[in-house]
Amino acid sequence: MSALLVSNLRVEINGSQILKGVNFDVRANSVTALLGRNGVGKSSTLKAILGIYPHSGKVQLGERDITREQTYRIVRSGIGYIPEDREIFASLTVKENLSLAELDEEPNYELAYSLFPELKERANQRAGTLSGGQQQMVAIARALLNKSEILLVDEPTKGLAPRLVTEVADALARIASNATMLIVEQNLALVRRIAKDIVVMDQGTVVFSGGIENLNDEEFVHRHLGVSVRGH
Amino acid sequence: MDTFLLIGITGIGLGALYFLVACGLSLIYGLMGVLNFAHGAFLSVGAFAGYWFAVKLFPVTSNLSFALSILVGGIAGGLFALLVEQLVIKRLYNRHIDQALVTVGVSLVAAAMLGGWFGHDPLLLPTPTWWYNAIQIGDAFIPVDRLLYIGVSLLMLILFFVILRFTRIGLVIRAGVENRTMVQALGINVKLAFSTVFFLGGLAAGVGGVLIAGYSGGVSPYFSGTWLIYGFIVVVVGGMGSLGGSALAALLIGISRQYVNYYAPGLGDFVVVILLALVLIFRPQGLLGKVAH
Ligand SMILES: Nc1ncnc2c1ncn2[C@@H]1O[C@H](COP(=O)(O)OP(=O)(O)OP(=O)(O)O)[C@@H](O)[C@H]1O
Ligand SMILES: [Mg+2]
Repeated sequence: MSALLVSNLRVEINGSQILKGVNFDVRANSVTALLGRNGVGKSSTLKAILGIYPHSGKVQLGERDITREQTYRIVRSGIGYIPEDREIFASLTVKENLSLAELDEEPNYELAYSLFPELKERANQRAGTLSGGQQQMVAIARALLNKSEILLVDEPTKGLAPRLVTEVADALARIASNATMLIVEQNLALVRRIAKDIVVMDQGTVVFSGGIENLNDEEFVHRHLGVSVRGH
Repeated sequence: MDTFLLIGITGIGLGALYFLVACGLSLIYGLMGVLNFAHGAFLSVGAFAGYWFAVKLFPVTSNLSFALSILVGGIAGGLFALLVEQLVIKRLYNRHIDQALVTVGVSLVAAAMLGGWFGHDPLLLPTPTWWYNAIQIGDAFIPVDRLLYIGVSLLMLILFFVILRFTRIGLVIRAGVENRTMVQALGINVKLAFSTVFFLGGLAAGVGGVLIAGYSGGVSPYFSGTWLIYGFIVVVVGGMGSLGGSALAALLIGISRQYVNYYAPGLGDFVVVILLALVLIFRPQGLLGKVAH
């Protein structure tokens, strides 16, 4: 069964077509990677699913049609979002960033702190003064506080130092072992490690959906992503 | 020395009134991006409600009736603000030009209605007898009303601070000032925060309206105009969305305006404009503002 079904998703902003009818689905209890070169519309797809960008088409979360709902309702119906560039609240403390995100009666701080014990020690530090890696930990931790049907994750390792890439990748692998996830990620090693399916976009549409094994095909990777298999 | 002190405290008192006008404007703009020209109407509605309450219900002005009329003014300002938000601004989220225009409209309509109801001549707010007294501090005789402005503003500042710092809705407001979209993407209905901010802003403006009516010798439908302009200047100098910034800028502007007006009569407003220009050039996000809008 698919956890998320996206059909004919279109986004137009200021007269330019950013998404031109995107179709794909995400299997429950597995990780699907959304791939493609820069600027093809991966982040916009996530934002349209979340109702942040005005859109048409259809988005179904499990059995439920969420296409026309407001963002906060979509999130409450079971989507966790880890945005590109983190978007944590710089003037709030780490603890405030996390408590802001609490929706469930019993938010799962255990999981968040077991993945990133550092956050507990830094509870009263202003998030704006954290390093990029620590900010990413906050962004991931807050999405894990509530039970969700699916996690939407946008380039979680972008701009991180190598050591932090490993730490964040390990955390994501642990999360992925019992969650449904749609992840945008340039780091193909991480994609291979956690994803079962891939969806490739180009110029606002999906040009390929299939199994992760396609990433072993050098020519495929070069053609769709413009990088060599060994790259990254 | 005594004059110096007198002018200083008067300046702080004036700053306290500016703060009451500005704090709501600042939060409303910081959170929602709404340039709220209706804020002057919140002030007037509060002032007229306070006046009406004091005149109709209390034949003799007492401390109690005066305190209650300030409270009534505040609540009326808050409810009116909430009404404006729900009826008008809510329908125009993210249409900033339309919002600004419609708030101008609201202020004109409100002034016309208040004029129709209460007339256009200034109505003297009944104040207790001690209103015109002065108390001696050092060598200076300080009019008591100045101290009242300062005290009430401090209370309001503390109220706002406690709400922003220690409540859930306050947390949502602070986060929303930084990044409204992300607040919603955390599953939070940010519109509740919008309404709260409108109510609180209207509350402070309503309280300010009653006090300003006392300070400026009466309330009339258009009496809030210049105060609103000063409110906007305070917000810009202090930083949009920053409560502390509004308090700091209000003090700075109130005090410097008073001193300059005393030592160089007539130049007070000029200095405020210079101050505004300097901030816009060298620190466009305002003294304590985080985000440059
Ligand atoms: N809010 C917006 N306003 C105008 N154009 C936008 C907006 N958001 C995205 N776009 C445009 O839509 C296209 C797709 O952007 P998007 O961020 O979805 O790409 P992406 O695949 O996530 O790229 P990257 O890999 O660089 O993150 C780009 O050309 C971008 O400039
Ligand atoms: Mg992107």
